[in-house]
Amino acid sequence: MTSSRGNVDLARHLALAFEAEVGRLALSDGSRIGVIGGGPAGSFFSYFLLKMAESIGLNVAVDIYEPRLFDHVGPAGCNHCGGIVSESLVQLLAAEGINLPSTVVQRGIDSYMLHMDVGDVRIDTPLHEKRIAAVFRGNGPRESRPIDATGFDRYLLETASSVGAKVVRKLVSNVRKEEDGRPRLVSPDGSSAVYDLVAVASGVNSHALHLFGKTAPDYVCPRSLRTFIGEFHLGREVIEKCLGTSMHVFLLDLPRLEFAAIIPKGDFATLCILGEGVDEQLVQSFLSAPEVKRCFPGSVVPLPACHCFPRVNVVTAVRPFADRMVWVGDSGTARLYKDGIGSAYRTAKAAAKTAVFQGISAEDFRKSFWPTCSKINFDNSIATVIFAATHLIQKGRFLRRGVLRMTANEQSQEGTRRHMSSALWDVFTGSAPYKEVLLRSFHPGFPLMLLWNLVVGNLPFKKARRMARESRE
Amino acid sequence: MSSLGKTYKEGEIVVRQGEVGDCLFAIQEGKLEVVKEHKGRPEVRIAILDKGDIFGEMAIFEQQVRSATVRALTEARVLTVDKRTFIRRVQEDPTLAFNLVRMMSHRIRSMSDQAGEKRNRGDRRKTRDRRQKNDRRVD
Repeated sequence: MTSSRGNVDLARHLALAFEAEVGRLALSDGSRIGVIGGGPAGSFFSYFLLKMAESIGLNVAVDIYEPRLFDHVGPAGCNHCGGIVSESLVQLLAAEGINLPSTVVQRGIDSYMLHMDVGDVRIDTPLHEKRIAAVFRGNGPRESRPIDATGFDRYLLETASSVGAKVVRKLVSNVRKEEDGRPRLVSPDGSSAVYDLVAVASGVNSHALHLFGKTAPDYVCPRSLRTFIGEFHLGREVIEKCLGTSMHVFLLDLPRLEFAAIIPKGDFATLCILGEGVDEQLVQSFLSAPEVKRCFPGSVVPLPACHCFPRVNVVTAVRPFADRMVWVGDSGTARLYKDGIGSAYRTAKAAAKTAVFQGISAEDFRKSFWPTCSKINFDNSIATVIFAATHLIQKGRFLRRGVLRMTANEQSQEGTRRHMSSALWDVFTGSAPYKEVLLRSFHPGFPLMLLWNLVVGNLPFKKARRMARESRE
Repeated sequence: MSSLGKTYKEGEIVVRQGEVGDCLFAIQEGKLEVVKEHKGRPEVRIAILDKGDIFGEMAIFEQQVRSATVRALTEARVLTVDKRTFIRRVQEDPTLAFNLVRMMSHRIRSMSDQAGEKRNRGDRRKTRDRRQKNDRRVD
């Protein structure tokens, strides 16, 4: 044991001497990595870094700084997020050998219910399979009894610990640079440790983002947007009856509203609202909409058991890397409005891959990690076009009628090409890149079918018939 | 309700030998058996799969039909991974295939162990038969 420790120390000493000689920064046996934040990005980074290091026989130590205990109910144990693991991420994690256990998945989602003032339509997965996971980030909302379930963040942190990551239950209050350029993480109790590499996975709702003014002056925090997350205690049976295994999304003509969804989970339903300047007023006007009220028993919206206004990354950080430092997840780059956990997975894995196989200098991260972020950024610029189109649908009642008719027809006919359903599915779930959604909309069948449905869906006698049907109901 | 994938009853077939496949599967819960069917001969069980195992990967990498039938031994929950999603992401991130390669390597190792054992058993049987024959000749 002593001799193995001695070998590691010697290897480390030689590696440092080599680094100093050739100016190349890389991990070597005995290197220490500090991770700020034990949410999905921090856990994914640690897990993949340790797995990749092991695959090439590299012996490194990872410390994850996370003061929060995810098994606390309410805000104390929560990372403030809608808690959806997208269809594509569920599949990729399964391929990686990470299968989300049923104690983590609060509900498997197999469909989306699109609510509009002109009607509702259900969009099913082609395979009728539950491939979207609704999860709690902590151990459930305030008011909930400690549940027989594990929060998603705790599960991932335990997964990272199972491959050797050590969880340090401390905040990081300061980051300093040593003379040799290595970062030192300082905790409020005065303790500190020097690391060869620091990964920042603090999200955008943490003070930790603002600790790098001196150590990484080129890094500029991402631009973020205020959102609303609310948890409604409805009980399992009511949820089953009113919401089922569908995620409910709303295209409503409300000022400043970008996207809203109700996600069924265990005894609770989570409401997420995204938009410009989300505030109490927007939340109230959303909850007063009849399309929303219909989703609750007796069309009465109860008071939320717990709610918050967390921020989400909407414009990527500037230069989320430096010598011996990298920013992953929301504190670096994320997909616009969707699949934040998926972005954490992609950026964290790209950073881990770079650190193990390329090096840990700013140049290494620019060459090998930044392309992943750039790809997400490019896709986000396409997303703005797609969301502009969604806005038009939100504003134009005649457009909503056409979209509703086209989607309903596609869903009722097996074997037909589902242009609108698949576009809506991918936009709502965040499963496919926005680029792919846009490319698919160029298929000649898409605009032709949309045009046809716009015409037929807005014919006056159709409207009269529907109104008569609605009044009968 | 709080689970992912599709539930298969005991005895239900998940993939059938000879079918065209465009996905692989990850077992979330339960046990499944892999059987090889031969015309006019009884089927042969070649493996039992458990929670966490992945199967159907051969159809992902080769443009071939399913090489065996996979059937639920107990009630089982299985998640489908689309070939398109998987291959596209492997192009972007080749390390995604690590777990599959590791699992396939493990399978090859256990198959070669089984083949070695079978051969040893066969050799032992041949030696015994030869010895018995010689003994009879001496008698």
